[in-house]
Amino acid sequence: MTFKYKNVYINETGTVVGPLEKKGPLNHYFDKSHDEFYLGTKTWEQAETKLIEDAVDITLSKLGKNRFDMDLFVSGDLLNQIVASNYAASTLNIPYLGIYNACATSVEGLIIASNMIEAGQVKHCLCAASSHNNAAEKQFRYPVEYGGPKPKTTTFTTTGAAVAYLTYNKKGIKIESATIGKVIDMGIKDAYQMGAVMAPAAADTIFRHLQDTKREPDYYDLIVTGDLGSVGKEILVDYMYTEYGIELNHYDDTAAMIFDLNCESVYSGGSGPACAPLVTYGYLFHQMHKKKLKRILLVATGALMSTTMVNQKLSIPAIAHAISLEVVE
Amino acid sequence: MEKNKYKHLVEKHTPKENSIYNGLVAFTIGGLMGVLGQFLLELYSYLLHIPTSEASSYMIITLIFIGCLLTCFGFFDKWVHFAKAGLIVPITGFAHSMMSAALEYRKEGMITGIGANMLKLSGSVIIFGIVSAYLFGLIRLVLMGG
Repeated sequence: MTFKYKNVYINETGTVVGPLEKKGPLNHYFDKSHDEFYLGTKTWEQAETKLIEDAVDITLSKLGKNRFDMDLFVSGDLLNQIVASNYAASTLNIPYLGIYNACATSVEGLIIASNMIEAGQVKHCLCAASSHNNAAEKQFRYPVEYGGPKPKTTTFTTTGAAVAYLTYNKKGIKIESATIGKVIDMGIKDAYQMGAVMAPAAADTIFRHLQDTKREPDYYDLIVTGDLGSVGKEILVDYMYTEYGIELNHYDDTAAMIFDLNCESVYSGGSGPACAPLVTYGYLFHQMHKKKLKRILLVATGALMSTTMVNQKLSIPAIAHAISLEVVE
Repeated sequence: MEKNKYKHLVEKHTPKENSIYNGLVAFTIGGLMGVLGQFLLELYSYLLHIPTSEASSYMIITLIFIGCLLTCFGFFDKWVHFAKAGLIVPITGFAHSMMSAALEYRKEGMITGIGANMLKLSGSVIIFGIVSAYLFGLIRLVLMGG
């Protein structure tokens, strides 16, 4: 299912990151970075809420608007009951839609907001996605201080929040079209192999997007997935060619961009709902404004993983949503 | 693509873990832990003039204390990351797993946080430790008469 939009633009963005992203190669593209994981709050979960609030504040101050000007706030994260978003929404006091698609949440939010703006239902919308490494580790894996060994295919949850302001005003980046993904389960049960879990979902969405829009992959200056990791990236390129006969020449993955992959502790790269939008709003939009990239296809991929279902020996389903972004001339 | 075919495609791209290197590191560090334990055992036995069977309790307590303290200082996880089973299998790993869980949940209250979650990782070790001790005790009783 692919939609085309005539009047939806991302006018402004706000990005906030944690300590490891700060040390990463893209640090100077982010609006704000923190040196520690608590951000002056008592717990990691509360810190994640703070990340979203900060990113919203930054976006609004760059716009010169205040929160009462906003019609809708769409946000999601990894924590149970998407609490980080819920608590941020409770202080923002903007009509709110809470969403969850794991690491595909950011693009899911953009699609929902774009459809509502295109339909004229809302005029000013903020879309947020966040993740916090320690809060996610605590929920999905082992206690942080335990530091249990992990395989090389593991991805490292990004700490940060990214916010985009969407409206009908022709400025910044145009949202040209979007493809809603299907949930794909290729039978992978390993929670430390998220790239392999998500790659077929990304491939399916990219294939259907190209088919629906009758485009070749080279139509885009860059097709970027977020976040398969360095291993998942190779799997996607191989799978895309074997299954659909499509060669991805201008392709990258946000998980492999946000961290310095030579740093052993990040394994095969970043993950979490914040990873793809942080790299896109921070680094890729910068490249687009500089006219180094004109058209990109952002494919956010989410492993819809639950520790309960993994313990019940079920395989992990995955989803990917694609959104086509163009720089406004 | 068939799920099986996909599995092969994934395996082709999955980096191999260096099990020989990891095994050697774990063996060496685990061995050094054994040496440290033996040293403490002899030391307590010599200093306190007690038999080694009694000194072993002091040795275990000391190692658990050191393990917990280093977890609290925040660098035991980095050592575990490097040494892997070399630090997880000895008694230090047990202490570390309890302490790290306690630290993680301390903000959620004494009972609902620390009490309910402290044995999150080590609970299985205790349960199956007791069960296997019981079974082996039973086998010993049947075969050897006690």
